[in-house]
Amino acid sequence: MDRPLTRNIHADRRPIDLRGYRDNGGYEGLRVGLGLSPADCLQRIKDSNLRGRGGAGFPTGLKWSFVPMGEDCSPGHKYLICNADEMEPGTFKDRLLLECDPHQLIEGMILAAYTIGADVAYIFIRSEYHIAAQRLREGIVDCEREGLLGDNIQGSGYSLHMHVHASAGRYICGEETALISSLEGKRANPRAKPPFPQVSGLWGRPTIVNNVETLSNIAHIIERGPQWFNDLGLTEDAGTKMYGVSGRVKNPGCWELPMGTPIRTVLEEYAGGMADGYELRGFLPGGGSTDFLTADHLDLAMDYDTIGKAGSRLGTGTLIVLDDATCPVGFVKNLMDFFAQESCGFCTPCRDGLPWSAQVLDDIENGQGKPEDLDTLERQVEFIGAIGNTHCALAPGAMEPLQSALKYFRADFEAHINQGCCPWKARQ
Amino acid sequence: MNEPAPSLINALSEAELAAIDAEIAHMPQRSGAAIDALKIVQEHRGWVSDASLAAIADHLHMSAAELDGIATFYNLIFRRPVGRKVILLCNSVSCWMLGSDCLTQQIRDRLQIDFGETSKDGEYTLLPVTCLGACDKAPVMLVGDDLHESVTEDRVRELFDQPGAPNG
Repeated sequence: MDRPLTRNIHADRRPIDLRGYRDNGGYEGLRVGLGLSPADCLQRIKDSNLRGRGGAGFPTGLKWSFVPMGEDCSPGHKYLICNADEMEPGTFKDRLLLECDPHQLIEGMILAAYTIGADVAYIFIRSEYHIAAQRLREGIVDCEREGLLGDNIQGSGYSLHMHVHASAGRYICGEETALISSLEGKRANPRAKPPFPQVSGLWGRPTIVNNVETLSNIAHIIERGPQWFNDLGLTEDAGTKMYGVSGRVKNPGCWELPMGTPIRTVLEEYAGGMADGYELRGFLPGGGSTDFLTADHLDLAMDYDTIGKAGSRLGTGTLIVLDDATCPVGFVKNLMDFFAQESCGFCTPCRDGLPWSAQVLDDIENGQGKPEDLDTLERQVEFIGAIGNTHCALAPGAMEPLQSALKYFRADFEAHINQGCCPWKARQ
Repeated sequence: MNEPAPSLINALSEAELAAIDAEIAHMPQRSGAAIDALKIVQEHRGWVSDASLAAIADHLHMSAAELDGIATFYNLIFRRPVGRKVILLCNSVSCWMLGSDCLTQQIRDRLQIDFGETSKDGEYTLLPVTCLGACDKAPVMLVGDDLHESVTEDRVRELFDQPGAPNG
């Protein structure tokens, strides 16, 4: 099985330095890419059908194609930003790529920046990933020394300067326009779109923001071609995907597998199935802001369209498993507390709506719930969950696990209300 | 952590200024380095006091009020003194399922502090943190710069039961 993203990643998670990376064929993609025109590089990425691995699944080549090029672009900087602000609950895939193979990301970023004509690149990384940040800084210095970054890269005439920005917290920084606000030194409030960042982003200049996993794929695609990448996927979606499983399974972890691998394979073969004594009740397929799926969905392919049709989202591709010893109301309440806390406070439905949802869930969990509370939650889902009622996707994302929990675990919500307590706590 | 000597309170040190100016150098405007500057000063002083904040704002040509609006937005900028090590305990869903509440209670009991508080000896400040991105090793926490994975009650005892510590 071809696993391009993790070919340099070992079980002991030791990092690979520039020499090791080059010895294993690294920066060959850069050599190939710099020999092509930016337009040819863009065509390869478009033809590869690579979709954004941060969760939204937007086609990467299409995103890049909106950046004004040549005479269409006013003079000044263009920016490429790597979103390494991994903070989605249950998501631990980018950490692996950042800590173990920093040059794979740097090489992908140089090629991405070359394609869109960016002269400055930032890696926006969460403060807690300090080991990864250090390795990236060292990687950048090593690249500058060997002419892989800086002025006139490898004699190509193309110049790129790369910086690591360690963040200061807050989940909302992962939203691309909030990230841009934060990189400008401001509060991380998202911005209205349009204008889209591709046209007016960091400091009002054309900017592309891509996830770590997305950018880590770029050098491989440029070097080995779009057809190779398309052939990696088991379904319509191309490439490989970093999948992960957390919760009460035998072998929680993170694996690179072909895009479209069945959920059952990830959960049973790689994660080893449920831990002894626990039953599967459901799972979030791609982080805390995706809808629950259940055992009925285990044979679905883990790709964007299939999971979308089943009523959820592939998101980050990291499953969070809900077992039968965990209260589903408590599970959703934990997530809602998280989203309420992480609201940037800019728009009312999110700032005031999410704490309200959290309060209703808290009442139900603590045996103070009333039957009409379920109607209240349904109304909140309908209003806050509708894209367009809020300033960004945080609050609609927060509603996803709630709305599907109300569908699949309604009897558990009702049991809390009818019994006046949490049945799971009562059993302890 | 202690404030620098009173004579230095209102001035940024040469090391702080050099690090801040390196960030300003790749920004089109000075205020762009606000978050970097807050972090740099916090690294040197442990936290960002009102006096430190005013000095940074002055250097960035912005008002202290505007900078404070930024500083208080971010949970990892400390506007109050913290212990020598900050415990960032993950309370997101995977860690919650695998017992982060129990760990929280255990740490509270051992160090006699609640979230947001600092132990009497000034060693630890306990804070909740969102998903630390190590969910396959839940429950996890950061103590200072060290990530502790699959944390058990025994591990908490080993970490925090030094001689002289509360309940030690």
